[in-house]
Amino acid sequence: MARHWRAGAAGLAVLGLTLTACGGAKVGEDSAGGSGSSGECGTFNLAVNPWVGYEANAAVIAYVADEYLGCDVKQKDLKEEIAWQGFGTGEVDAVVENWGHDDLKKKYITDQKTAVDAGPTGNEGLIGWYVPPWLAEEHPDILDWKNLNKYAAEFRTSESGGKGQLLDGDPSFVTNDEALVTNLKLDYKVVYAGSETALIQAFRKAEKDKEWVIGYFYEPQWFMSEVPLKKVKLPEYTEGCDADPEKIACDYPVYKLDKIVSAKFAKSGSPAYDLVKNFTWTNDDQNIVAKYIAVDKMAPEAAAKKWVEANRDKVDAWIK
Amino acid sequence: MTVVMEKPGTAQDTEPDGPAERTRQVTRPMVVGAVIALWLLLFAILRGRHTLSLGAADLTDLHRWINDVNDSIGANRNSNPLFLYFFNEIRLVIDTLVTFVQDLISQPAAGRPVPQIGWLGVIGIAGYVSWAVGNWRVALLAVAGFTFMGLQGLWQESMDTLALTLSAVLVALLFAIPLGVWAGLSDRVNRVITPLLDFMQTMPTFVYLAPLTLFFLIGGASATIATVIYAAPPAIRITAHAIRNVPTTTVEAADSLGATRRQSLLKVLLPMSKRTVVLGVNQTIMAALAMVTIAALIDAPGLGKTVVQALQSLDVGTAFNAGLAIVVMAIVLDRVTTAASVREEAARRSDPRLAAWRRPLLGAGAAVTAVLIYLSHTYLWAAEFPGEGSLGSTIARWADSVTTWAQDNLSGLTNAFRDAVTNGLLNPFQTLLTDSPWWLVGAVLITLAVVLGGVRAGITTVVCVGLLVGTGLWADAMTTLASTLVATVLVMALGIVFGVWMGRSALADRLIRPSLDAAQVMPPFVYLVPFLALFGATRFTAIVAAVVYGAPVAMKIIADGIRAVPETTVEAATSAGCNTWQIITKVQLPMARGALTLATNQGLIYVLSMVVVGGLVGAGALGYDVVAGFSQGQLYGKGLAAGLAIVLLGVMFDRITQAAARRTSA
Repeated sequence: MARHWRAGAAGLAVLGLTLTACGGAKVGEDSAGGSGSSGECGTFNLAVNPWVGYEANAAVIAYVADEYLGCDVKQKDLKEEIAWQGFGTGEVDAVVENWGHDDLKKKYITDQKTAVDAGPTGNEGLIGWYVPPWLAEEHPDILDWKNLNKYAAEFRTSESGGKGQLLDGDPSFVTNDEALVTNLKLDYKVVYAGSETALIQAFRKAEKDKEWVIGYFYEPQWFMSEVPLKKVKLPEYTEGCDADPEKIACDYPVYKLDKIVSAKFAKSGSPAYDLVKNFTWTNDDQNIVAKYIAVDKMAPEAAAKKWVEANRDKVDAWIK
Repeated sequence: MTVVMEKPGTAQDTEPDGPAERTRQVTRPMVVGAVIALWLLLFAILRGRHTLSLGAADLTDLHRWINDVNDSIGANRNSNPLFLYFFNEIRLVIDTLVTFVQDLISQPAAGRPVPQIGWLGVIGIAGYVSWAVGNWRVALLAVAGFTFMGLQGLWQESMDTLALTLSAVLVALLFAIPLGVWAGLSDRVNRVITPLLDFMQTMPTFVYLAPLTLFFLIGGASATIATVIYAAPPAIRITAHAIRNVPTTTVEAADSLGATRRQSLLKVLLPMSKRTVVLGVNQTIMAALAMVTIAALIDAPGLGKTVVQALQSLDVGTAFNAGLAIVVMAIVLDRVTTAASVREEAARRSDPRLAAWRRPLLGAGAAVTAVLIYLSHTYLWAAEFPGEGSLGSTIARWADSVTTWAQDNLSGLTNAFRDAVTNGLLNPFQTLLTDSPWWLVGAVLITLAVVLGGVRAGITTVVCVGLLVGTGLWADAMTTLASTLVATVLVMALGIVFGVWMGRSALADRLIRPSLDAAQVMPPFVYLVPFLALFGATRFTAIVAAVVYGAPVAMKIIADGIRAVPETTVEAATSAGCNTWQIITKVQLPMARGALTLATNQGLIYVLSMVVVGGLVGAGALGYDVVAGFSQGQLYGKGLAAGLAIVLLGVMFDRITQAAARRTSA
């Protein structure tokens, strides 16, 4: 018996060797893999926070760093908190779209000194209450908060306990909505949808089926190119009107979105740091790339390539 | 029928001398009824007082204190010797392991553009190992399954997931099996370790994900450790259970023959419990795969990332495709390990002539596999999976159109159903729990625990209620409790219907079971997007998600229970003229009572593990607190407290249902 299987194994080995003889291209035969020396830039650890707008920033920066500066870009998918934490442990070099986060700035820039500000991205972030376009069209006065109580009954749902429902969403952002509802004496209840996915799905359906939905949302956001939500006017933001969280009765400030880098990275002299520092673009720019990714379902690299090739002048200004 | 029915009834009828026993049988439901009536009465009087409610952005001192502790750990990370010499070392070892496995099968390694072993080699190994430890049928399944992942265009992602899962399972078993054996041998260890395991299994991962990256940095090590924490407990529990269930007579026989402790462990206990231990391994693998998407949040490579990224733009199709690959991997690994656990028995029953051929065949198989590995190491065609993954885009498109169809055509129907359940069941119940004074609800819970489960369950409940109040999230806990109990009721309703059907028909079982496996390992968010479109961001959507996840377990347990009812009993009932309905309600269900309570227990625990997912789709309360704590620094302490509250709810109900189960079966 043993002889049998030895013979069999030998036969198979011969078969295998024959196969190898006509096997085709060998691994490592073409050296297309190595795309030149990375030289002075080295590794660039770029955090990618989980929303499409951020992904657009990161994709373009990563593409430019890789293509023009020869950096070895490592993109890391992380939530904001963890990304900032990574500044201290040396695992994250840059966060390239930051929404306010004064608490994190205090903790990591002022106290721990592991991070530094790298200037604005040029994008302006709006946070506020939005309604689907059909609603704004049929009841234009709804876009003023003073008229919200008039429509409260229309916004009732199974969750809102007899009041109008104000759908709050992504837990990543600071929300003053409960205080706002109380202080503006609105007949609404804040219901926590709990995720951006849930919010988008709610607005998408509301527009399609002409349902009454009002909720917390923000721009720039890729979803706006699918359903251009309309912002409800709240009492105007003035410096310091949001100082006491309990007494807030004004709109959210306009966020100048900015970039944060690790202190070590800022001192490293890496060309990638200069790129991050110089990087600025407009909301329209970001919306285009975000649309490529989210609506046209392009891979982030492909989307970045397409935009970079069409906007050479802007890119040149970042890496000059 | 009469023959059978007398069995459960005999205790009452033939014990005229036990009036105590008799009154108890009658009064237990009455006491429960009285407690609830009293509760309703007091609720009407005291409604809205002492409800301990806390706003979404409000914190208690405990929450702030946890924040401070967390911050100080982060600030001192680089100077603390514990980090320098302990956590960093652990991280290094695990990172090395993960990188090694990744270099082998998933990531470009050692200057090569491709991993050491390409697709052909991996499929060869999968087929060969499955055949060697299981049988040829699971080997075919493994080969087909792995090929399918490649055709989906997800080869590298699948291999990353496989690499992480294998590393995590390896590390988990390294600790779990010795610990399980120890817990099986020593009652004291078992008592100490059980609450710890409960904690590991019910504490939401979101709570410890951020601290883990602080301790073990971002990357493979943290992802592996997060997975180990969740996946090790089943293996520990099942190993301990297996060791305990080795018949004492066998152990005594070994002792009387003069075997040392070590000998009796290695020669008697371990071999005799091997089969069950392999089932523990199986459960660990399943639990590890359930962590794939969560680990993606701290940059773990693999299928989870594809899912998470696709869902940022609500691309259900792509997410479903990747989810399907996870399901296929889970089913392959499940069937292979299950086959491995019964292999020896099956081998004994098989043809002895085949058994004689087994060895040479194994040798030949090893040679073939070696050739395949060599090919895939050397040649590009065998290293990189060919094709563009067009099957994947077909699946994605198909999933998209099904979702769109369902959203367009079913939403009227689903809204009516949602409103009925919410207004008829959930709202009144939630109001009762949240608007009653906390001490009243606490007293009710404790009384019910004592009545249903006995004094020990009562004491556990006292402790849990006390700690729940301590977390500062009492009102949120009650809101979550209401949804959880409603979900559990639905889980049991579905569990009984499908469990009975599967238990009675082998065909139904075979057809339904794969969907149950799929429901358990498919990342929840994939199906939650269409659910959100159907039901909106509501507590009901969260309940549906929990039911999808919890019902399969209940169905499987009940089906097993029904199948375990002796055939002769059913036949006797049939010959006595019972119709199918009577057999089910009067014979099979009563006799499967043990399975029903176990199903309730497990159903509830599974539902509780979906609380956080529920928080992402509109459930609010504890689930939202945990998610918000993960996302916002100043809410971290509150999130942790909410995680603790979920654990407390889990432990409380686990102890009550288990004690109640012991009573009913006694």
